Formats: sequence, structure tokens, C-alpha cells
Amino acid sequence: MLDSQMIWLLVQGIGETLYMTLGATLFSYVIGLPLGVILVVCAKDGIKPCLPVYRVLDVIVNLTRSIPFLVLAVWIIPFTRLITGTSIGSTAMIVPLVLAAAPFVARLVESSLLELDKGIIEAAQSMGASNFQIIWKVMLSESKPSLLNGATIAVTTILGYSAMGGFVGAGGLGAIAYNYGYYRYQTDIMLITVILLVIIVQVMQGSGNKLTSHADKRKI
Amino acid sequence: MEKEIIIQIQDLEKTFRTKSGDVHALRDINLEIRKGDIFGIIGMSGAGKSTLVRCINLLEKPTAGKVIFDGIDISGLEDAELRKMRRSMGMIFQQFNLLMQKTAEENICFPLEIAGVDKRKAKARAKELLELVGLSDRAKSYPSQLSGGQKQRVAIARALAPNPKVILCDEATSALDPVTTNSILSLLKDINRKLGVTVVIITHEMDVIEKICNRVAIIDSSHIAESGSVEEIFFKPQTEAARRLVYPEGDQLTQFGPVAEQACWRIVFDGNSSFEPVIAGMVLECKAPVNILFADTKNIDGKAFGQIVVQLPEDVDIAERMLKYLRSKNLTVEEVRGYAG
Repeated sequence: MLDSQMIWLLVQGIGETLYMTLGATLFSYVIGLPLGVILVVCAKDGIKPCLPVYRVLDVIVNLTRSIPFLVLAVWIIPFTRLITGTSIGSTAMIVPLVLAAAPFVARLVESSLLELDKGIIEAAQSMGASNFQIIWKVMLSESKPSLLNGATIAVTTILGYSAMGGFVGAGGLGAIAYNYGYYRYQTDIMLITVILLVIIVQVMQGSGNKLTSHADKRKI
Repeated sequence: MEKEIIIQIQDLEKTFRTKSGDVHALRDINLEIRKGDIFGIIGMSGAGKSTLVRCINLLEKPTAGKVIFDGIDISGLEDAELRKMRRSMGMIFQQFNLLMQKTAEENICFPLEIAGVDKRKAKARAKELLELVGLSDRAKSYPSQLSGGQKQRVAIARALAPNPKVILCDEATSALDPVTTNSILSLLKDINRKLGVTVVIITHEMDVIEKICNRVAIIDSSHIAESGSVEEIFFKPQTEAARRLVYPEGDQLTQFGPVAEQACWRIVFDGNSSFEPVIAGMVLECKAPVNILFADTKNIDGKAFGQIVVQLPEDVDIAERMLKYLRSKNLTVEEVRGYAG
């Protein structure tokens, strides 16, 4: 039952879940953000159209996104081992999480940047801004609220993926729910992990929304 | 003495390649814009005027022809030089295109920031410009907190920040109500007078041209139909396109079918004093009423331009006297039948 050992296990589970989620979100953005920017910049009506680059990236993003997460996690075990030296545990889990989430993040970033009024980019061009300045100071800066909103979606989605990691040997709340709630029929533990996961998602969504509306100067 | 030329467009052409074939947006464009001009380019929607203004700062690359700005052919410039050149050409837009996540002050600093100007200097310049456009108290406001007219003022200040020689206005007042339009137009006129900045205005409203331009080009189906001083174009529009713009209600002339069976007279005002009540004077002098069938006159700088169509009394003597009176006022009077227009 809920003794001190179990509580410690749950606390550890929360820690591992947050570690995987936030770590994977960070690296997904390291890869996905530039990818999203390149997709927008190289598109047909982008600021530096380059259709071959756009098409190749577009296909890669679509392909990666169509592989179910669990299949991907198992499939790339050799690659995970190459990078982290192991295929089990929270750190190892971050690798498939990033691979699955980065293309998703790229799409989120792409759609945020596409929302931007083309006229603003044209105005920056008329002032003599370089493409780099336009990306940095106009596109990313003006899309900040939308990007933050996308990041909230990304982080909660990655949290959901991370819980699936319990099946392939990662830690976290997902693993606890799986090992104790499912295999040992401890429905109370199952319930607790579910409640904890719901709370974490709520907190993330809530603070994401707050950050977004605080950053948005269009609605004052 | 004629002022020196600042923008010269030579044999400019722009063709867009589309799936359904080539679209000639601009053909055979030749224009000269002189320093200190407020130069209007007017045309109907789709005539190519927005493309033309974008060819001036090369946001659109012309397919053929030259754009010479301040003595340099800019159509052949490298990217880096082109960006530098654009700093001497500000631009304002119909939809203002302000950065929505930045304050008015930050928006005005923006072109300076990308030009690498020191932050403190940029701020001082922004303060100066906010004063010039009458928005000193709104420095910290975001665009969403400003009205349309205020947004356009911020946009004007932003365009002026790098001390440009030319300001291009793309339908800058089309999204504004008439009162705000007037205040923006007088601000542009002010800037032109005070700072000597050449202003190029793209519009579809003859009103805008009348109010502030000194020269005008009429663009019609991808080419320049006519260009010259505003008075010239109002006085004697040579082409169908020009007449359509100067007298947009011209087609109403045909609506008086039955009346038009009788002889009617067109009185053409081409720069007479608009302060003189000519028609009323004629009626008082000849002591007979006339029937005004159509009138469309405009007051430009105290001079009257336009036309009035009247039906004179059937009494030949009185009619003769009236015509004499009108001609004595240096007005052109001609008989029209059936309002051929």
C-alpha cells in the first residue's frame, strides 16, 4: 500500500517523468525549431525559396511523424545505445522521444511562423533587413506568443509519449502505473499515478497559457 | 529651374510567370520623379500600381528596364548594396505593417536597429520623430492600443527614422476614414515641406492626388496612360483612363436621355477662380433661369476644374447673351447633343 517506500517511488517517478519530458522537449526544440524555420524560409513563398530543401525536409518530417512512437522506440534501440550507451532508463528514453517529437515541433513552429502577416516581413525588407535579421527579429520575435503556445502543446504531448516509455524500460510515472497498477493489480497505485499525470499536465498547460497571454502584446 | 531627378524609371517591365501563362503586370513604364515632388501614381485596382511601387525599391525585381535612384542604377545592385539603398527609401503600407509585439517607440527604432545604429541614438531619434508625428505620449503603447490613424503615424515615423530621401506610400490612406485620411495627408505634406523628403503616393482615390500631389501619373492596364502636373491632368485629361479617374461620374451624363434632345451646353472650368460665382452671376445678369443637368467641379488650390452642363432658355436672344457672358469670363463653352460625353 501507500507506505513511505511507495511514496518515495512515486516521487522518484515524478522526477523521472519531468526529466524525460523537459529534456526531450529541450532537444526537440534544438532540432525542431531550426527545422521549422527552414521549412518556412525555403517554402515557395518564403523569404529565400528553395524548393529541393523544402521538399526533402517535408518528406522526412512526414515520414518520421507517421511511425507510431512505441515502434520507433524499439526500432531505434541500437541508435539509442550508440548515443547514451544504454537502451534502458530515463536518459535512454530521451533519444526516441526527441526523434519522435522534433518533427512534430518543426510542424508546430512552421504553423506558428506561417500565421505571421506577410506584410510585416515585406516592411522589414523595405527597411533593408537581411534574411537573418528577418528570421530573428521579425519572424521569431513576432511569433513568440504562438511559439509559446506550440511549446505548451509539445511539452504535454511529449509527457504522454514518455509515459509509454514504461513499456520499453524507461522509468517515470508511466512505468509505475504499468508495473504496479497493471501487473500487481494495485488499482490504488494506478489511480494515484493517473491523478499525478493529470495534475502535471494541468500545471504545464496552465503555466503555458499564462506565459502565452503575458507575451502577447496584441491583447492588452 | 527644374529640380533634379531623384527617381528615374526607364522602359520598366514586369512579367509574372504563372501556370496559366505570363501575366504582364507592367509594360513600357517611363517616369521621372524630381526631388521634393509629391508624386501620385493613380490607377484602378489591378492596374499594376502596387507592383510599380515595389519595383522602385526592388521588393519586386523588374523583368526588364532600369530604376535609377539618385544617379545610381539600382536594378543591378548586389543584395548587400540593395539593403543599404533601401534605407534611403522609406515605405508605408495600407495595413501599416507594424510589429505587433513591439511598442511604438521600438517600432520606430527598428530600422535603426537593423542598420546597426547605437541604441541610445536610436531612442533619441524615435523621440524626435514621435514628436513630429504628434504621438509623444504614446511611445510605450503597443499597436493594438492605437487607432488606425495613430498606427499610420507610427509607420510614417518608422519610415522616416533612417533619414530617407524618398517615402513610398502604398495605398497609405485606403484603410482610414476620410477625416483621418486628411490628417495623414497633411502630415505627409508637412514632412515633404519641412524635411524636403520626396513622397511617392500610390492610390486609387483622385481625392488623395488632388489634396497633396503636385505631379501625377495615371496607370491603366499595366502602362502609364498619362503623366504630368496635377493641374494639367485635371484641366485636360487626354486619355480615356484619365477622364475616367478625373470624372468618375462621367457616365451619368447619358442618363438625361429625353432632356438631351434639346441643345445643351457644356461649360468647362479649367483653372478659373473658384471663388467667382459664375453661373449665379450669369443668371442675375440675364434675368432668366437655367437648368443645370450635370455638374462635377473640383477646387484645387483656389482654382476650379471640371464641367457643368446646362440647358439654356429657349429664347435665342437670352441664350446668346448668356453664352457671351460665359465667354467673357474666359470659360470654354461648347454645345453638346445627346450627351455624347
